[in-house]
Amino acid sequence: MTVPPFPVPPSQDPIRPDPGTSIRISVDETEYPGRAGQTIAGVMLAAGLLSWRYSSGSGAPRGAFCGIGVCFDCLATVNGQRDVRTCQRRAVDGDVVVTQHDPLPRPPRAPAPESAAESASEPAHRSAPEPPHPSGPDSPLREGGSGA
Amino acid sequence: MREILIIGAGPAGLAAARAARARGASVTLLDAADDVGGQYWRHLPASLSAGREDLLHHGWATFTALRSDLDDDPGCRIVRGAQVWAIERGETTGRPDAARPDAARPDAGNRDTGRPDAEPAEHDDRGGHVVHALAGPVDGTDRERITLTPDALVLATGAHDRTLPFPGWDLPGVFTPGAAQALAKGERVTVGERVAVAGAGPFLLPVAASLVQTGTTVVGVFEASRARTLAAGWLSRPWRLARAGKKGAELAGYAAGQLRHRIPYRTGTAVIRAHGTDAVTAVTVAKLDRDWRPIPGTERRIPVDAVCAGHGFTPRLELAVAAGCVLTGDSFVAVDDAQRTSEPGVYAAGEITGIGGVELAMAEGSIAGHHAAGGDTGTSPVRAARVARGVHRDIARRIEAAHGIRPGWSSWLDDDTVICRCEEVRHGPLRDTAAATASTSLRSLKLSTRAGLGICQGRMCGRTVDALLRQHAPHAHRNDNATFDHRPLAFPLRLAELADHPKDNDRKESA
Repeated sequence: MTVPPFPVPPSQDPIRPDPGTSIRISVDETEYPGRAGQTIAGVMLAAGLLSWRYSSGSGAPRGAFCGIGVCFDCLATVNGQRDVRTCQRRAVDGDVVVTQHDPLPRPPRAPAPESAAESASEPAHRSAPEPPHPSGPDSPLREGGSGA
Repeated sequence: MREILIIGAGPAGLAAARAARARGASVTLLDAADDVGGQYWRHLPASLSAGREDLLHHGWATFTALRSDLDDDPGCRIVRGAQVWAIERGETTGRPDAARPDAARPDAGNRDTGRPDAEPAEHDDRGGHVVHALAGPVDGTDRERITLTPDALVLATGAHDRTLPFPGWDLPGVFTPGAAQALAKGERVTVGERVAVAGAGPFLLPVAASLVQTGTTVVGVFEASRARTLAAGWLSRPWRLARAGKKGAELAGYAAGQLRHRIPYRTGTAVIRAHGTDAVTAVTVAKLDRDWRPIPGTERRIPVDAVCAGHGFTPRLELAVAAGCVLTGDSFVAVDDAQRTSEPGVYAAGEITGIGGVELAMAEGSIAGHHAAGGDTGTSPVRAARVARGVHRDIARRIEAAHGIRPGWSSWLDDDTVICRCEEVRHGPLRDTAAATASTSLRSLKLSTRAGLGICQGRMCGRTVDALLRQHAPHAHRNDNATFDHRPLAFPLRLAELADHPKDNDRKESA
């Protein structure tokens, strides 16, 4: 069964799309199919992922919101570069996407990262992959990317 | 040859480029996206082409003709994927006496003045602005640095959705209408299977239409303004509306589409809550009074898997502010009859001068491009654009009268509702801080709560925080000139790119 969000099935699309070129990207080491020209967020959404980031304060799940590059909710690490707006960056075959979770050093109301991951793990197909272990709350600059 | 730089390649910027070329100027057109068209003509990339893409658009033939004319024109250089991150004011600007007195006066930008045209642009109105951009993959590294010092600058940076917060609006599955449009028109992805479209404004209708075209069920379009307000806004002086033939037909077409697809269009109704833990699973809608206050007892819960909520638009003003342009009282760029801003050599067109739609944007763009290129007012193409501008400014006024945000919306907030998404500043603490610092200012509120200081630089919450401060601390001194539209770095960029020595990869040019 298709779980939204989803790509419009080309055979049913009134605009008669060309087949295009298949690509694959990985998100936290899971591979997802897409078509050349899609954005990274578009590939993730079309695969049924709705969120791929946790907010720094409360650990709430976040994904795409504005879709036009102004809200910065959809950030992820792409090929080792942190803070890429995935709704604006075109996906390239073989892109390695790692989700970002940058908890504040002492979040006032945040659940521990473990519990945030747990609460987001169901139902599996709609949730973000488990966030990578952050590079550490003791390194405030978190330079160099987490797990990339 | 006069060198014109146009920032933003949506309808206004494209029209400006065409008009400036018609006057014989040399044009450079920058856009952050990897093709022209802006959000209105957001379209499939070449690698995802389709035989009948025109079905997704209004004015598609107009757009493709304009694009190919400009692409084929050696006097027009289009730089795609170019993010402008700063504008420096030149030597000749920045002094009070440098600003044009007529454009800086209080009624500048008032679309009703109808006063005769100011002096045509002279070739010596050069402002000396320096524009910095980076071209390359979005948020990448090693992008090409571009520094430009044009004779005249046309700002056509557009607007983004403004979404009023409601409990649960930060859940995954809640999108702006613009996101749904970009995904549907730009890559044929639909945001959900059962979608609520909510907010205010005529733009909700094409969004619902786009969603239906992707096979989505739209459970309803929930327009916050009540039928009487809509009628007062849209139906007053109908003989004037009739002149805006195409726009009227476009809106009528959407209305027919709503009927054909049996999409309920509910006026005086809002999504006041989104439910779910990791993603939205339902919304609560409620009837609103004329001030947009939910009417108790009218709540209804509707299962959905996505929400598109937008209550109008926020103009993208940071580059205009950086260029030194004076804003109007309602925070748009002030322009005169020639679309000149208060800054010498800087023109503005499209949604940054007022939210009015594609026809208004193109008319303003044509006028701005023409005058930026040194044209005078008498020329016939600009006369036609001036007539179109007058007609469509009427539409802009109707949109505001019919769909403008009413203050009662804040009564659907909980103390726990996130206002600033980046810094997760919630309504209760924000309200209490506003009350406690009633004698101070917006800057104080920002610093004491961190609202608007996150990575989106206040783009999402700025207008909301400002509105809540006015509501909760109405007597607060607004003595600090603080705004959410001032961003010295117009876009975040990596320190490595900023620090990179210009000699290595800079491309200094005269335009």
